[in-house]
Amino acid sequence: MADLDRIYRLLFRIRRVEEEIARVYPTDVIKSPVHLSIGQESVSVGLCEALRPEDAAFGTYRSHALYLAKGGDLRGMIAELYGKATGCAGGKGGSMHMIDIAAGVFGSSAVVGTTIPHAVGFAYALKLRREARVVACVFGDGAVDEGVFYESLNFAALKRLPVLFLCENNGYAIHTHQRLRQNVPDICARVTALGIPSERIEDGDVLRIAERAGAATDALRGGESGPVFIECMTYRWKEHVGPGDDWNLGYRERIEAEEWIRSDQVARLATKIDPAARVRIEREVEAEIADAFAFAERSPFPEPEALHTQVFRESP
Amino acid sequence: MSEREQSYVEALREAASQEMERDPSVVCFGLDVDDPKAIQGTTRGLVERFGPERVFGTPLAEDAMTGVAIGMALAGLRPIHVHIRMDFLLLAMNQLINIAAKSHYMYGGHVHVPIVVRSMIGKSWGQGAQHSQGLYAFFMHVPGIKVAAPTNPHDAKGCLVAAIRDDNPVMLVEHRLLYPHVGPVPEALYEVRPGRARVVAPGSDVTLVGISHTLVECLQARTHLAEHGISAEVIDPIWLSPLDIDTIAASVAKTGRLVAVDNGWTTCGASAEIVARVVERLQGTRELRVHRMGFAPTTCPPTPHLEALYYANARTIAAAANNLVEGRDTGWLPDERPGASEITFRGPF
Repeated sequence: MADLDRIYRLLFRIRRVEEEIARVYPTDVIKSPVHLSIGQESVSVGLCEALRPEDAAFGTYRSHALYLAKGGDLRGMIAELYGKATGCAGGKGGSMHMIDIAAGVFGSSAVVGTTIPHAVGFAYALKLRREARVVACVFGDGAVDEGVFYESLNFAALKRLPVLFLCENNGYAIHTHQRLRQNVPDICARVTALGIPSERIEDGDVLRIAERAGAATDALRGGESGPVFIECMTYRWKEHVGPGDDWNLGYRERIEAEEWIRSDQVARLATKIDPAARVRIEREVEAEIADAFAFAERSPFPEPEALHTQVFRESP
Repeated sequence: MSEREQSYVEALREAASQEMERDPSVVCFGLDVDDPKAIQGTTRGLVERFGPERVFGTPLAEDAMTGVAIGMALAGLRPIHVHIRMDFLLLAMNQLINIAAKSHYMYGGHVHVPIVVRSMIGKSWGQGAQHSQGLYAFFMHVPGIKVAAPTNPHDAKGCLVAAIRDDNPVMLVEHRLLYPHVGPVPEALYEVRPGRARVVAPGSDVTLVGISHTLVECLQARTHLAEHGISAEVIDPIWLSPLDIDTIAASVAKTGRLVAVDNGWTTCGASAEIVARVVERLQGTRELRVHRMGFAPTTCPPTPHLEALYYANARTIAAAANNLVEGRDTGWLPDERPGASEITFRGPF
């Protein structure tokens, strides 16, 4: 039975963190590109319901939701956006390279598709060591254009590796629709042809995503299932990068978004939990967010010496 | 007791085998590592000894398999990824440059990527445009990645051991023509650590720095020069990144003349870097004359008659060194001697 209070907390927390980033962004305290997850929260939250802390997740440059859903530290995230020494990457990563090893967030890349083989290699190591952990590999429909996607999935299938591939399909690679980039729009059909069972979840329903991801990870933990592919249709509400709307650009119609806004999973879950619990959760989340931004504000910038440290790891 | 001798191939194989025995986190993969030819023998026997999970051939997918190596490293393995030609690394540059070289820094020190990328440069028997490229300067350009180009069996073993144990990505660049070379190789494990060059042969008039297989040509050039009355000091950088400029500059401080010979193009190449750093260090302290040599600024032709003109060789290196010493173009070129060429490689593979 899904814990709706927890799921609502995760959804609401991601939404409010992103809204707060958008709110402060015009003040230039965040001097970094931000690719906001608003509208896409349910994919990461549903996925991470199926993951354990020791499982690994690899993401994309739009990974604020994945980072938070997987348990990444909020203070470290906001401080990283602020470029502070207390950031999760010490100010050396920025929004596109969020990392929290303790939470199993193993990073994300600004180069589309790049982390897909990392998830596969990580899973190879788990299988070699006979560990029951699994790896979640999250990417967008744009990554499916890339050759490395097919190379990686082929190898994962060949070696029957414990990877849950999750395509977060928001329809657009920056401003170019999937239909203008892919001759066969059915991604699942292409993945099935590689010998990987696949399914599509059309509506962004967080509970359905959690249930299907859970079925996949249960099979993966058994050790012999081989990789699984889930395509989650979703929709990005904000512009590709930055805090604003982009309906004025003309590459997409607002009417396309309305169905997704009507079925917004944050609003939907809000109606499914006890009102008193909702008030408490929202109050706690708001306090946590305020704390994280205050922490980032008061944290120091890195010392000049940090420019040159960590180019190489010094062997002990 | 006489020193044990091994070929470059045997030294590479022994290094991998001993390290895999010592450390169960070491794995070895790449196109053809487990096939009957076993990367010219350098991986022969590994799959029988360590099993197909730790030693395996891969799909033809250099980009993804490099990413797989990175993912393995993030999970605590120490992969050795083998490429039968360095040219094929161009398919893996995104993973090597954008991820492997940057992860430790970009993730604030929370991860590191201990991968070894072995690759081989070809020469002769029609290797041509896409089997002959020495691209190590690409990797020298980028912080966060180390580059070794060992020129003898001893250093081949020691550099591979050091590379496996290093917590950072290391490119081990091998030259096909060095594979049959035989020399002393201790059986016990040892490291040839990054950032230390070696004076291979002493001299006082001119410094010859020979990268990869050109070291062999530089040593032959030294013989030509000695017969011409010129004393050449020959240096093997061994590691190109980090580069031991101290050893090279100390030699040039003595000789005042530097010929940097590369198994690659000169423009923005390893030879350009060596010359620039020596001049930065020594300018104003004494008179300096410098010269770069490398691939002709063309694409490598397969026909032997043009290929012979494409590479610097012992005679052209000796001629260039003599001109530096004389301070003018003397026109002197050592006589060609039958049998002096050490290239005995025959194809087809």
